[in-house]
Amino acid sequence: MIRLVGILVGLFFAVMAAWAFFSGAYTYFSEPTAETAEHVFHEEAHLPQGGYSFDGLAPRWDVAQLQRGYKVYKEVCSACHSLNHVAFRDLEELGYSEAQVKAEAASWMVPGIDPNTGEANLRPGLLTDYFPAPYANRVAAAAANNNAVPPDLSLMTKAREHGTAYVYSLLTGFRDPATYTNEDGETLAQAFPDSMPGTGLHFNPWFANLNLAMAPPLHTAGQVTFDDGTEASVKQMSTDVAAFLTWTAEPSLVDRIRLGWMVFGFLLFATVLAYLAKKSVWSQLKSRRDD
Amino acid sequence: MSFPWAKHYEPSNPLMKFLDEKLPLPRLVYNAIGAGYPVPRNLSYFWNFGVLAGFCLVLQIVTGVVLAMHYAANAGVAFDSVEHIMRDVNWGWLMRYAHANGASAFFVVIYLHIFRGFFYSSYKAPREMIWLIGVVIFLMMMATAFMGYVLPWGQMSFWGAKVITGLFGAIPLVGEPLQIWLLGGYAPDNAALNRFFSLHFLLPFVIAGLVILHIWALHLPGSSNPTGVEVKTESDTVPFHPYYTAKDGFGLAVFLLIYCAFLFFVPNALGHPDNYIPANSLSTPALIVPEWYFYPFYAILRAFTHDLVIPFTTVVIMPAKLIGVLAMFSAILVWFFLPWLDKSPVRSGHYRPLFRKFFWVLVIDMAMLFWLGGQHAEEPFIMLSQLATAYYFLHFLVILPIVSSIERPEPLPFSITEAVLGNDGKAVLPAASAA
Repeated sequence: MIRLVGILVGLFFAVMAAWAFFSGAYTYFSEPTAETAEHVFHEEAHLPQGGYSFDGLAPRWDVAQLQRGYKVYKEVCSACHSLNHVAFRDLEELGYSEAQVKAEAASWMVPGIDPNTGEANLRPGLLTDYFPAPYANRVAAAAANNNAVPPDLSLMTKAREHGTAYVYSLLTGFRDPATYTNEDGETLAQAFPDSMPGTGLHFNPWFANLNLAMAPPLHTAGQVTFDDGTEASVKQMSTDVAAFLTWTAEPSLVDRIRLGWMVFGFLLFATVLAYLAKKSVWSQLKSRRDD
Repeated sequence: MSFPWAKHYEPSNPLMKFLDEKLPLPRLVYNAIGAGYPVPRNLSYFWNFGVLAGFCLVLQIVTGVVLAMHYAANAGVAFDSVEHIMRDVNWGWLMRYAHANGASAFFVVIYLHIFRGFFYSSYKAPREMIWLIGVVIFLMMMATAFMGYVLPWGQMSFWGAKVITGLFGAIPLVGEPLQIWLLGGYAPDNAALNRFFSLHFLLPFVIAGLVILHIWALHLPGSSNPTGVEVKTESDTVPFHPYYTAKDGFGLAVFLLIYCAFLFFVPNALGHPDNYIPANSLSTPALIVPEWYFYPFYAILRAFTHDLVIPFTTVVIMPAKLIGVLAMFSAILVWFFLPWLDKSPVRSGHYRPLFRKFFWVLVIDMAMLFWLGGQHAEEPFIMLSQLATAYYFLHFLVILPIVSSIERPEPLPFSITEAVLGNDGKAVLPAASAA
């Protein structure tokens, strides 16, 4: 009885799935779906040439690079993007002394309360403060940016596929849609005239929708002056700020992998021991047969 | 329970004697996983996954309890509290990554454990109850894992909760009120987050209780083995300790190596970047998918795109969504009936030539469903998941009963000892009478 009911239930689901398959297959071949602009023009993210010091299995932070990246964030990105999860005290990990971090914190104005009047005010930041957001709320952020809220950057390299490579590719990826050609030698205007960027949008093949509200933020060499004398090309600034955002997203990255190797070493040793123990125990069994 | 030749617990230490009289806990352990439990001597490494699953459960409870000390189940601050754990709590990142990857490890182990059961027909008499409890444990694990994924309150948490609770909305008549009741609102919000946290904390302990029943039921007939031939004499068995404690110890070490490779080197490889974006009810992610361990069932859910209509009319008997939901739940419920669907007297797939072929087709089919469940809902993925879904149901409900009645099994070894040491001249039993 169970088997009979089972066969009927099984046939029901199988027939329904097959029915859906045939009607889907019919539509698929009779009305092939058109290619979308995103399919044809979206580009895979890539890392800058030379990669990063924190890549791979022996990572380290390039402190000078993180400091440069921080400067790019402070002078360019922070105009629109918050960094909610990062506190000023965290900057000590970038190789600054405590005094330097205190001075750095004090250079930011954060929301506070006037101790005399109780009124909301702005005061210089302290070590324990978090980076202040550029806008009071989402509505203000949307109103100031053509209705697109600039996302928080703390976790950006973990919140997008390809992380660091994505940030780098996006920052260096703004193109003129009139002249940019894809692999097939077509321009966006030729292939998908409807997908041309509208007013206030900017074409960037590394962005999922191809057109984004953010104007190229890093556009001119020397936009930021690096304290260590590194030449501030657009590529250099993008490389460094992507590194900085990798650190903000995963400050434990280097410690984690270093600890991982120690754990791994211990476990390899333990595995060998466990194997030998198993072998030794089972060798006592030999060929016992007592029936 | 157990075999007559099982060793007896005889404490010599006065303290242990005292304990044995007042509360014989050491005796229980001795008889459960000590020298007092005789186990077939021929278990392969596929029999390691039960112990590994138990280890994963403990790992999840320990890391989970620590995480709960720092997590705040409130829609306003849940996302930030997880980041607080990652950045400010001492070793918080280790706890969270251990817990997130621990969930994946748990499911890897459980799927291997289940497929071990499929191949060796571990569900057959006299072990039906072990199997039934096991399926309940799997269902509880799925519920627990789903609710756990909602807790970080990222984009995938929110939209996953919306989609999965939305499935209940497909039930006729009571669907919509049921969905609102489950969520405590019209969309996932604070009420849903709080109850999910509460249940996510509770269910693992229910699972632990079920695991005790699972092991209890196992110890009545004893473990199955790769030949599927029952234990006959003492030489067919070895005491659990030290033989299988040693073997499980090695298996555990290998497991930890793989688990730690994920945990320390690619802790986010099995997650979705979208869950590092705070939940936003106004912005739908381009691709809403559950965690990888739900992919096969998610693929089955999405495979049903056609309403059941009365032919040549537009009268809908069953909408596609309802069939999908029923199919998804049936895909697991059908496991409950395996002991009665597969009536072959031979257990082990090693001696079932036809069954063995279909088993490997099922493995490929499951692999396809795993792959398809994570893809965008577009062609050709939908068509492929429809074929894979059709095979899935045909396999369990049609092929298995038929194969088990028409198949001619290969001869079985006389005993486990003979399977290990070779034929010693005793007659080989005809397959049908060996069961």
